[in-house]
Amino acid sequence: MIVVKDVHFTYPNGIEALKGISLAVHNGEFVAIMGQNGAGKTTLVKQFNGLLKPTKGTVLVDDINTTKVSVATLARNVGFVFQNPDHQLFSESVEEEIAFALRNFGFKETVIKKRVTWALNLLGLTQYRKTSPFMLSGGERKRVALASVLAWNPRILILDEPTIGQDYQQKEKLRQFILQMRTQRKTVIIVTHDVEFVAECNPRVLLMRDGQIIADGEATKTLTDTDVVTKASIVPPQIAQIFLCLPNMELPKNVIDVYEAREILLKTLERKTK
Amino acid sequence: MGVIETRNVTYTYPGAPKPSIADVSINIEKGEFTLITGPSGCGKTTLCRCFNGLIPHFYQGEMKGETIAAGLNVSEHPICELAKHVGLVFQNPENQLFALSVEKDVAFGLENLGVPREEMRQRVDEVLNLTGIYDLRERGPSELSGGQQQRVAIASVLAMQPEVVVLDEPTSFLDPLSAKKIFEVIRNLNRKLGITVVLVEHRLDLTARYADHIIVMDEGKVVLDGNPHEILCSEEARLIGIGIPKATRLYQMLKKDGLKLGNTIPLSSEEMASLLTEALKDG
Amino acid sequence: MSVFSGLKFRKVSSPIHNLDPRMKFVYVCAIFAAAILFSELLPLVILFLIQIPFVLLASVEREWLRSMRGAAFLATIIFLTNIGAAFFRDGYVFTAPSVEGAVAMTLRFMVLVESFSVFFLTTSPDHLGLALEQTRVPYEFVFAFTTAVRFVPVLAEEAQTIMDAQKARGLELERGNFLKRIRNYIPILIPLIIGAIRRSLELAEAMESRAWGATKKRTNLYVLKMHRGDVVLIAITFGILATAVYARLFVRIPPVNELLRNLP
Repeated sequence: MIVVKDVHFTYPNGIEALKGISLAVHNGEFVAIMGQNGAGKTTLVKQFNGLLKPTKGTVLVDDINTTKVSVATLARNVGFVFQNPDHQLFSESVEEEIAFALRNFGFKETVIKKRVTWALNLLGLTQYRKTSPFMLSGGERKRVALASVLAWNPRILILDEPTIGQDYQQKEKLRQFILQMRTQRKTVIIVTHDVEFVAECNPRVLLMRDGQIIADGEATKTLTDTDVVTKASIVPPQIAQIFLCLPNMELPKNVIDVYEAREILLKTLERKTK
Repeated sequence: MGVIETRNVTYTYPGAPKPSIADVSINIEKGEFTLITGPSGCGKTTLCRCFNGLIPHFYQGEMKGETIAAGLNVSEHPICELAKHVGLVFQNPENQLFALSVEKDVAFGLENLGVPREEMRQRVDEVLNLTGIYDLRERGPSELSGGQQQRVAIASVLAMQPEVVVLDEPTSFLDPLSAKKIFEVIRNLNRKLGITVVLVEHRLDLTARYADHIIVMDEGKVVLDGNPHEILCSEEARLIGIGIPKATRLYQMLKKDGLKLGNTIPLSSEEMASLLTEALKDG
Repeated sequence: MSVFSGLKFRKVSSPIHNLDPRMKFVYVCAIFAAAILFSELLPLVILFLIQIPFVLLASVEREWLRSMRGAAFLATIIFLTNIGAAFFRDGYVFTAPSVEGAVAMTLRFMVLVESFSVFFLTTSPDHLGLALEQTRVPYEFVFAFTTAVRFVPVLAEEAQTIMDAQKARGLELERGNFLKRIRNYIPILIPLIIGAIRRSLELAEAMESRAWGATKKRTNLYVLKMHRGDVVLIAITFGILATAVYARLFVRIPPVNELLRNLP
């Protein structure tokens, strides 16, 4: 569980990136943090694994104060996958890349072998075991980066902009993967701009603006509130836009899912025609 | 003949085991807004590189077939000449700005072409206004947001007054609202100035509404080519797994359910909403 | 990475910033020459002081003080070497003239640092590039220079991100003996180098697409013109230089310790 209490953060260059954030993320929750570039999303999640420490306030990860321990210690429980896989891939083979963190954490070689095989399998990379990560396509590199973090089986998983540059099918795979993580009671936190992706996943949504949280709640509620959505520099998902445009007062306004939309419209229109 | 035409183009990057695009024949008419889409690695970017001669001149490799851009066979003309006719805007705004101020960047292409200073000044100011960044003209690139940087990149291509502007996923790093603003700038270029636009995008939710023409690629080949309304509603498009706009998807499902809805296939939420409004009234 | 944040250039305007960089460079060279002419303390003090108005006019006091502080270490070494040498030469005593000589040598160094820092603090890289271009330096060099200025902060930021990404995978840079610590940097250097190569390819592609090398007769959006300020600067420069040469040749420069002694 992550507990954030009135956290402020100012970068050394004087930019105040977080201005009083309070928040609790429970075990097994799925949270999407959204908002404009520079709103403080990445700064916030970097507090969760200690890459950044609050200037004021406290961050507790499983009751451990992040200022008291090293990033490496926190990282055992908090896996962080960066936006661009090219910022971390450096090994000669995919296998070595995945083993890197396991070695840093001091796992035994026999365990490492097992974990690597497990992670390769989980993300469908087994055929690339001996391949250089640099020879893979963008989507595959992203999967290697993800596998290299999942290998040590952290309880909390943070994904920074996982859908950037991904096509529809890759996003769908990612969504399935996150669902799978959730069945294992893992906490998943994603930082993203991708409203349509979030609408399909339906997580808890935090909207940020200027270092503050301006909305926190279910996607159906937060993403259909045109005011806060605009403040967070995003747009409502397309289905929500349709329902927001409809003049009919009986229809609900907080619909984001295409299948739900279909049900509602079928009912309403069939009743009308009868 | 269209402003961009490819005839059976097959291209293999140096050292690659197989061609990245194979037997591609497309035709883009003057003044059109064309959307090129398809799964990652389908060859969209490679195709764009053919339009201004980056392929074959910059990338080398093996090219078969012909690409004609603005009446010029790209194999026979250098990139710097083709650049006057076809402007390319890339995905990452950071890596296409070289100068230390916005206006200097916008002028970069014109300086390379040796345009006289007075004319250059005039053209630079004109495109700065057109893209809404005139007030930022003296800023350095690191003082701009991603959306502003991408507008600078668009302005610097426009300054060269090309007939065609090709944009390769120009908004993937931007938040949805900034992306929307960029797309509106692009649409205006197309509608108001009659510039031919070729946009490469995954996110059809945001872009399909602007398109007159859509080309869907898969595994290096053109698989669908034509009117966006028809293509996005087709079963083939769904099977390839391109992200069909949710509005179109909803329409498709309701039609299948046997609902009476208008016959113009919607590509945007507004179009879908007005169809539904009609249906709700009729009932 | 705070070292690099200073490199993120911002446009500032002041009478000094707006001067033609070429003229400023001539000025720096003149100060340089004048400082070399004298080994006496008094003229060097004057040379040091006459630059302070420039610093104030450009309102770069804070940055200027920082660069002065940066030079303090070297200045101390220069002082100690000089005074040490004099100490042994004079037979293990400190004499007033030898102390004055050591102070003068140190101050000469400070004058050089001062004039260069005034130049670099008040000249934008953009402006400098333009000056180089208009003094017929080949454009490729100028372009390499301005692009370096543009991308050094970007690369510094990228290095920071890579470090964060590897730390998040349990890398501890400070762990192990000396050799191990060097090896710890491999996971940071490789992505950084590959990233830089990839970036340079993208840049090349974008440059080509903007008609790079279309003509030998490249034009420029800006032109450097001489303004009144530049004329004034040139006048001041020649004034300083002429006075310095005159003083060197025809005036006996009194040592400061003598002046102090003769005070009533």
